[in-house]
Amino acid sequence: MSGLSWDQMQELMWPATQETFQMVGVATVCTVLVGLPIGVLLVLTSKGGALQNQPVNKVLGAVVNLARSLPFIILMIALISFTRWLTGNSLGWQAATVPLTVGAIPFFARLVETSVREVDRGLIEAVQAMGGSTWTLVRKTLVPEALPGIVASVTTTVIALIGYSAMAGTVGGGGLGDLAYRYGYLRFETAFMWIIVAEIAIIVTVIQLAGDLAVRRLANRGRGGGRTRLLRPRASAPAPDEDLVAS
Amino acid sequence: MITTTDLTKVYRSRGREVTALAGVDLHVRPGEVYGVVGTSGAGKSTLIRCVNMLERPTSGTVTVDGVELTALSGGENRAGKDLREARRRIGMVFQHFNLLSSRTVQQNVELPLEIIGLDRTQRRRKAAELLDLVGLGDKARSYPNQLSGGQKQRVGIARALAGDPKVLLSDEATSALDPETTRSILKLLRDLNQQLGLTVLLITHEMDVIKSVCDSAALMRGGRVVESGELTDLLAEPGSELARELFPLSEFGTGHPGTTVLEITFQGDTPAQPFVSQLARTYQIDINILGAAVETIAGRMVGRMRVELPGGHQDNVVPIGYLREQGLQVDVIGTANGAAA
Ligand SMILES: Nc1ncnc2c1ncn2[C@@H]1O[C@H](COP(=O)(O)OP(=O)(O)OP(=O)(O)O)[C@@H](O)[C@H]1O
Ligand SMILES: [Mg+2]
Repeated sequence: MSGLSWDQMQELMWPATQETFQMVGVATVCTVLVGLPIGVLLVLTSKGGALQNQPVNKVLGAVVNLARSLPFIILMIALISFTRWLTGNSLGWQAATVPLTVGAIPFFARLVETSVREVDRGLIEAVQAMGGSTWTLVRKTLVPEALPGIVASVTTTVIALIGYSAMAGTVGGGGLGDLAYRYGYLRFETAFMWIIVAEIAIIVTVIQLAGDLAVRRLANRGRGGGRTRLLRPRASAPAPDEDLVAS
Repeated sequence: MITTTDLTKVYRSRGREVTALAGVDLHVRPGEVYGVVGTSGAGKSTLIRCVNMLERPTSGTVTVDGVELTALSGGENRAGKDLREARRRIGMVFQHFNLLSSRTVQQNVELPLEIIGLDRTQRRRKAAELLDLVGLGDKARSYPNQLSGGQKQRVGIARALAGDPKVLLSDEATSALDPETTRSILKLLRDLNQQLGLTVLLITHEMDVIKSVCDSAALMRGGRVVESGELTDLLAEPGSELARELFPLSEFGTGHPGTTVLEITFQGDTPAQPFVSQLARTYQIDINILGAAVETIAGRMVGRMRVELPGGHQDNVVPIGYLREQGLQVDVIGTANGAAA
């Protein structure tokens, strides 16, 4: 029933897969670089934090909430001129990374905030009692101790980005989502569409498994391997069912 | 070594005020182990946390090793440079150890050394030394999760000693440990105190801890120090609450009608004299021993004996005088037909 041969499909899928990986990869790196400090800052500036500052905390929180409540499609359109200015183009996967990153930063920052907030207060005091600075506290205690949660947050963010990259793709970013839309919806190549969907599902599953494995490794540092590892409850990770943006 | 003057701490939350410290004067001399006891909520933790400014006192001063910490800038959570410097010379151990689970034992001990700014090889050497000192040389590569509570606390102590502190603060460091482990940790603290000349301020709610390691103690109640001093002095002080807690004789009998009950406390060499038989022989009286106990407190042998002499207080003025002349501390705790003398 399909008008496309397997070879033709592969020829279409390979560049699309690359585009998806490029979009999601670049967006993830930028999201972590910006979102991690914001997440940490949300904890530090909150009440009882090392940089306690209610105004900064309130403003930062409000900006994050606002960005999270913006539907992604609106974000994309609103950012067109910014994107053009930044990448010199409003089309292509490079351009798509801009709204993806902007959309993912507040989402990721909140997840980081939750993980960092869970670091035992006693550890913070121990570092302060040693004469550690706030920077020492962040670099040597908060981030390393929250690392399992942060890695779980990255996993969740990557998967959310794959979903949103499909939407970004349809407005010129390319990628697998765009391919499925163009062939499945516009050309009625239903079988091809399902093959692409299966590919996306496999990619998502592999990322989730790899993320979970990394989290477990980190959370079990020093807990011994073998059977006991399997019997331990899973490391607490932020709920993976949150949406990137309410759309 | 540690001096606080008129230290107060008032917590304010949602309009309500809690006075955790209401004017505490503490004086810990160099090289001593000083214990603070008191019921829950007495303000012990608040006091020790004020010593290294983990809590900013509301008023009063704290001086540690000649540096007035209350004069250094910085909030509770964000210390200024001078305060951070000063904190590096004050070690602290915690009830729940507070070790980083992301670091090995050795890396945990290296953390304060990283803060001080030692290079890698110096840190390695120092950490190895400290772990040997606390008897955990073979656990350097383990993670805290792989250790027992007692071992974790040893790591906590090694970490606290990393900055070569003169002062060690300990808030209930043994409260999460079983009695045997508690003894070994206390012995370690005592050894460190003697080997390194470390001044130790410790908080506890167990009298046994005070008895086994402390030179001095303070009793806190309602945010105040109600009694303090060297243990040997406290034991010699009539009516001392701490002494009574350290050395309870309450379970002993209280005597018969028409007799006088004495509590005799002796320290050091005094019990070598057979004062009971001497008394009986000299004054021709029958002495009934109601109870006696001997213990080692602050490294000294201390004994207490409750005896019953025939006749009222009036009849026994001379024998009591005789006992006091022998260097014994005598408390007349009651004549059986009425009030205490
Ligand atoms: N952060 C805080 N905010 C408000 N009140 C506090 C705070 N910390 C302590 N308090 C109050 O101060 C008082 C003294 O507390 P503190 O922890 O010093 O007692 P403690 O003697 O250490 O008791 P425990 O033996 O139970 O550890 C208590 O009434 C407590 O409720
Ligand atoms: Mg306490």
